[in-house]
Amino acid sequence: MKEPIIQVNNLTAKYGEKVVLSDISVDIYPEEITVILGPSGCGKSTFLKNILRLNQPAEGSVNVFGDNITIMEEDEYEKVLRKIGVLFQNGALLNSIDIFENLSIPLEQHTSLPSELMEKIIRIKLELVNLSHAINLKPSELSGGMRKRAALARAIVLDPEILFCDEPSAGLDPLTSAALDELILNLKNQLKMTVIIVTHELASIHRIADKIIFLDQGKMLFYGTVDEAKNSGIEEIVEFFRVGSF
Amino acid sequence: MARHRSTSEIINFDEGVIKPIGLLNKATVPQLWMSFKAVSDLTNYKHIDLSEVHSVDSAGVVFIEEVASELIKSNSLLAEKSFDDVIVNGSDEVLNSIKIFSQRDLPERPKRVRTGYFERLGESFLLGKSGVIEILTLSSEVFYWSIAALWKKKGARKGSLIQQAGLIGVDSVPIIFLLSFIIGLILSLQSAVQLRLFGADIFVADLITVSMLREMGPMMTAIIVAGRSGSSIASEIATMKVTEELDALKMMAINPIRYVVVPKFHAITFCMPLLVIISIIVGIFGGIIVAVSYLGISPSAFYGQMVKALSMKDLLITLLKSTIFAWAIVIIGSFYGFRVEGGAEGVGKATTLSVVASIFAVIVIDVIFSLIYIA
Repeated sequence: MKEPIIQVNNLTAKYGEKVVLSDISVDIYPEEITVILGPSGCGKSTFLKNILRLNQPAEGSVNVFGDNITIMEEDEYEKVLRKIGVLFQNGALLNSIDIFENLSIPLEQHTSLPSELMEKIIRIKLELVNLSHAINLKPSELSGGMRKRAALARAIVLDPEILFCDEPSAGLDPLTSAALDELILNLKNQLKMTVIIVTHELASIHRIADKIIFLDQGKMLFYGTVDEAKNSGIEEIVEFFRVGSF
Repeated sequence: MARHRSTSEIINFDEGVIKPIGLLNKATVPQLWMSFKAVSDLTNYKHIDLSEVHSVDSAGVVFIEEVASELIKSNSLLAEKSFDDVIVNGSDEVLNSIKIFSQRDLPERPKRVRTGYFERLGESFLLGKSGVIEILTLSSEVFYWSIAALWKKKGARKGSLIQQAGLIGVDSVPIIFLLSFIIGLILSLQSAVQLRLFGADIFVADLITVSMLREMGPMMTAIIVAGRSGSSIASEIATMKVTEELDALKMMAINPIRYVVVPKFHAITFCMPLLVIISIIVGIFGGIIVAVSYLGISPSAFYGQMVKALSMKDLLITLLKSTIFAWAIVIIGSFYGFRVEGGAEGVGKATTLSVVASIFAVIVIDVIFSLIYIA
């Protein structure tokens, strides 16, 4: 069996005195799509932020590529970041610059590639998300779905080993959402990426999830495959898969 | 045979074959590219042998295809050949990566459309023209709603007037107090030196009183309020527009001008004259300190001279002027806020433009009022 690519050990997260996540331990394996789901306010995004070190956990540790990132020095953490791509909920593209420049930022920051090769890489990544025509446009000139795809292109521009997506389908129509899922599935299958997705779109979960992490009220109720989840006998999970929403 | 070695990778140029070895990724490609570029004559090379490449990422694929393209271009024997003929001995994994990241079917990069000088000039003229119309429309709406709001209480947030008066008025008092005091001190010191030469020390009271009352008091206050509150009005409205809060208000049948601008308009109309009066009093107090300590004028003499210099007409014009300043600041801030385009950058631009335009407007209005004082 492969070594886990991310190990979360006894993670507890707090906002002030309020405990948002309580004693969560889970191993995430490479080349799998792991979906984090749960009702609103259960701590999904906080969980993701703690894995990414955007928030510092109150207790516990997070090992990424075998190293504890919660106590890591900044320069070491930067090396980890080179192997991670993040697709934020609203895309988080920089509005003041065009799509080409948005994608060139990580390449300029983390590589010393010559500009002619950099341009080719950017165009390849935009073609992967079907946005070649938008290379000179600014994010404000794109639709919501296009912005998400452009943000995905930025997230994969460094060929990350792990891709994090925070609610990629949020605000998208079912067709665009399905196309985005297809893209994420291709990234996993063709580029052997590990993908961690926060979502509660049932259709999306059925399409792409290898494993699910089910959170409720800051606790992890379940970790396993979709089929295992459906047969887990845990009321909240069974109900979610029956009704399709929380 | 040429063998270029770098810290982490090797590339062989041997017997008509270019043979990269090891990893082809973002870390190794820059060095490999430099090694490749250092080769002056490519005509002898016919193949890129990938037999010793373990793995490639998108940068590696771009490198391989760029090298292949250069070989085909520079070697007439390869003119009819394709990339697949030139790239040889790749493992399945490497060939799969090449397939995923290949640039062969990339569409042409769309050209950036650059507008000419005259086109931009024309656009800015049209923008200016529409801006004038918009600002006049906005002003009329603000005046209409500010009067209508006295009777129609619906569509406003309770307590917003008090809150805005606190933000625009009360919070500005310390900085206006401090700056006006310093301005009074400086004016007094500078003029005292000159007046002493003519033995006209006592006239420092006239100078300070008239300049603070007519010019420095209202002007300094307006500039501070434009910087503090004008920018905050523009950025608040611009952010609300960018985040669709203004559209949400419209959908709830609430007029955004009534809800957002009018409380600020009422608050600034009420607070500005008070702030100006504070500024005048504090500025004159700064002048008294210099007059008493440096020129040796008694406080009672200064007071007597000051009363002689004061005129009710000046005070009324000053209060009217400060009110006009206040309206200009709110309307200009709101105008740039409502006109914002784009995201965070647009909000920043709107804020900057509103401050610059407000200060400009304040100075222009001041010129007009200077003529009224003289008349």
